[in-house]
Amino acid sequence: MAYEGDDLLEEVTGKEYEFGFTTNIESDKAPPGLNEDIIRLISSKKNEPEWLLEWRLDAFAKWSEMQEPEWAHVNYEKPDFQSISYYSAPKKKPQLDSLDDLDPEMRATMDKLGISIEEQKRLSGVAVDFVMDSVSVATSFKKKLGELGIIFCSMSEAVQEHPELVKKYLGTVVPKQDNFYAALNSAVFTDGSFCYIPKGVRCPMELSTYFRINESGTGQFERTLVVADKGSYVSYLEGCTAPQRDENQLHAAVVELIALDEAEIKYSTVQNWYPGDKNGAGGVFNFVTKRGLCETRSKISWTQVETGSAVTWKYPSCILKGDHSIGEFYSVAVTNNYQQADTGTKMIHIGKNTNSTIISKGISAGKSQNSYRGLVSINASAKNARNFSQCDSLLMTDRCGAHTFPYIEVNNSSAKVEHEATTSKIGEDQIFYCLQRGLNEEQAISLIVNGYAKDVLNKLPMEFAVEAQKLLAISLEGSVG
Amino acid sequence: MKPLLSINNLQAEVEGHEILKGLNLTINPGEVHAIMGPNGSGKSTLASVLAGNEDYDVTGGSVDFDGIDLLDIDASERAKEGLFLAFQYPVEIPGVSNINFLRAALKEIHEHKEIDPLTAKEFLAKVKEKSALVELDGKLTNRSVNEGFSGGEKKRNEIFQMAMLEPKMAILDETDSGLDIDALRIVAQGVNAMRSPERSFLLITHYQRLLDYIVPDFVHVLYKGQIVKSGPKELALELEEKGYDWIKEEMAL
Ligand SMILES: Nc1ncnc2c1ncn2[C@@H]1O[C@H](COP(=O)(O)OP(=O)(O)OP(=O)(O)O)[C@@H](O)[C@H]1O
Ligand SMILES: [Mg+2]
Repeated sequence: MAYEGDDLLEEVTGKEYEFGFTTNIESDKAPPGLNEDIIRLISSKKNEPEWLLEWRLDAFAKWSEMQEPEWAHVNYEKPDFQSISYYSAPKKKPQLDSLDDLDPEMRATMDKLGISIEEQKRLSGVAVDFVMDSVSVATSFKKKLGELGIIFCSMSEAVQEHPELVKKYLGTVVPKQDNFYAALNSAVFTDGSFCYIPKGVRCPMELSTYFRINESGTGQFERTLVVADKGSYVSYLEGCTAPQRDENQLHAAVVELIALDEAEIKYSTVQNWYPGDKNGAGGVFNFVTKRGLCETRSKISWTQVETGSAVTWKYPSCILKGDHSIGEFYSVAVTNNYQQADTGTKMIHIGKNTNSTIISKGISAGKSQNSYRGLVSINASAKNARNFSQCDSLLMTDRCGAHTFPYIEVNNSSAKVEHEATTSKIGEDQIFYCLQRGLNEEQAISLIVNGYAKDVLNKLPMEFAVEAQKLLAISLEGSVG
Repeated sequence: MKPLLSINNLQAEVEGHEILKGLNLTINPGEVHAIMGPNGSGKSTLASVLAGNEDYDVTGGSVDFDGIDLLDIDASERAKEGLFLAFQYPVEIPGVSNINFLRAALKEIHEHKEIDPLTAKEFLAKVKEKSALVELDGKLTNRSVNEGFSGGEKKRNEIFQMAMLEPKMAILDETDSGLDIDALRIVAQGVNAMRSPERSFLLITHYQRLLDYIVPDFVHVLYKGQIVKSGPKELALELEEKGYDWIKEEMAL
């Protein structure tokens, strides 16, 4: 998408002074604040069709009427939405000359995760002057996908190249006004990923944002849309285990999944954003809306391993609209130091014989707070719906908190809903048992915690699972007390 | 002969209660010692203190293990130096397979001894050999550590782990309790198969029966935190017959 920044800006705004634009646009960054003009600017910068601009403006109007939610079990200083700059041209991550310039703590973590030197360079934006493996992998990968008719590109590209698909599905699962952060995202999202799997196609490889992240850094207001057409299958990976630093404190992403008849989407996330320091200063606020729509006999599985962010607010959900559709949610959420997580899922049963499974494993350490919040809703139409929920909490210290808020609404008497919950403290006797066999304390904790989270980790694709295990251990280092 | 383990005037307390009150015991390589004594006399406490459980505070005395000051190193180091404890109450570790657990432990021990780690094939061969020794069902070796095991299976699993880790010195804390007659024989066979001129055992038990199968070189009575009587294997028979009262009376004199 080529445009001459300056010309375009002139053309669409024509009144730059009114909203504080100076001619100094080399930085290509909007001034702080949010209003209709900023949204017009974003839309025009991205050369978007009129309908999308209207869609954004409508979202903005709705957002303006909304209040930031207060019900989650988290405590933080609310961001000042008028002090954020909502547009800056896609910029490369700052280039470092060598890995020696990288934060040593971050480097140590990557070493422990077993991330190769080449990958470390790529992830941290160190200039490299030869073709890296992953780049060539990404290229051959694209070619293969193209042959199958699979579309996997940035959201901006999709708006230009496949507007009909974007228009058809965008906002159909997470409506603009769904919630405060989703409305904000709808108004100002700048990029994200788009994926379409044609009818009957089984995507032969894991689609990973990992291959795309470095092109433009990760966005503050990401928008992801995955459409699996009838009878297709895709496994999608978001994030990576390497620690992610970001100058933006607020992240408000929206992810929409659509599984048409008999399609299956497996969506796996490893979230390791900067959690703030040991005293609770800094760190990312991660307010994400993730939801999937299941048509007849389709299946959506969310698997998440959440270890990062200062505040997490996230409920990957499934709307089981089609008969015989299946929704699954597998989650491990770790909080340490002063981190706060309020996460869970919503399973909305509408179709007949719909089935959902929820396995949530919370692990709290330090002085952190970890909450599971879940809703299982069985509509009157959902004959013979089934749900099984299991929510376990593991406490590493006496100072942390674990909370469970399960909501169950049943409007059809044929439904069968089961809920199990446990809270336990990591056993000193378990640790001693491991030590007595020759393991050290770190290994003992890693083993016990990974055993506890096994049912969830097993749902991750293989290589990811191995890294996620290490990540859990690292997140909890020295945390027993 | 240089003793493998020598405990001198060991004193230990838990939460302010003095439990071990100047305990002395010397075990030479290859010897099997049995410790008997009334409930609450401090037998498990001795095992825990030797294994390095930090719930117990050592307030006096010393322990030499094969030339090392045992009290100076932590539980994990002690294990790697070849000290093994078969627990009276083995804990469950859900989600961690027995096999992976042992693989990780053995790797640490080998690394410490500067021995090349076993290949996967060698390791599995060893698992097969050692589980046969205690007739542990192959299914159990693959299940999570002790999770859902019956009492007897847990005890057998402890001996299986001991066989895998090949320690210099093994302390068995009431491994015989809760075993049925066949299991007792099997466990004893496993222990006997591991007896060697270098390896020593400390058996904590309440019953003479175990000592019919594993014949000890010495029997000691632990009472109120001290070894108050030691003798040959016949002492166990005498205790079985007479109970502990006569010893308590002797003590009172
Ligand atoms: N953690 C603890 N807190 C308080 N008291 C303890 C603790 N552990 C052991 N004790 C006490 O120490 C004493 C010795 O206990 P220990 O378990 O060593 O006895 P034992 O000889 O192994 O008994 P048994 O034959 O019943 O197994 C007991 O009086 C017990 O109550
Ligand atoms: Mg005992």
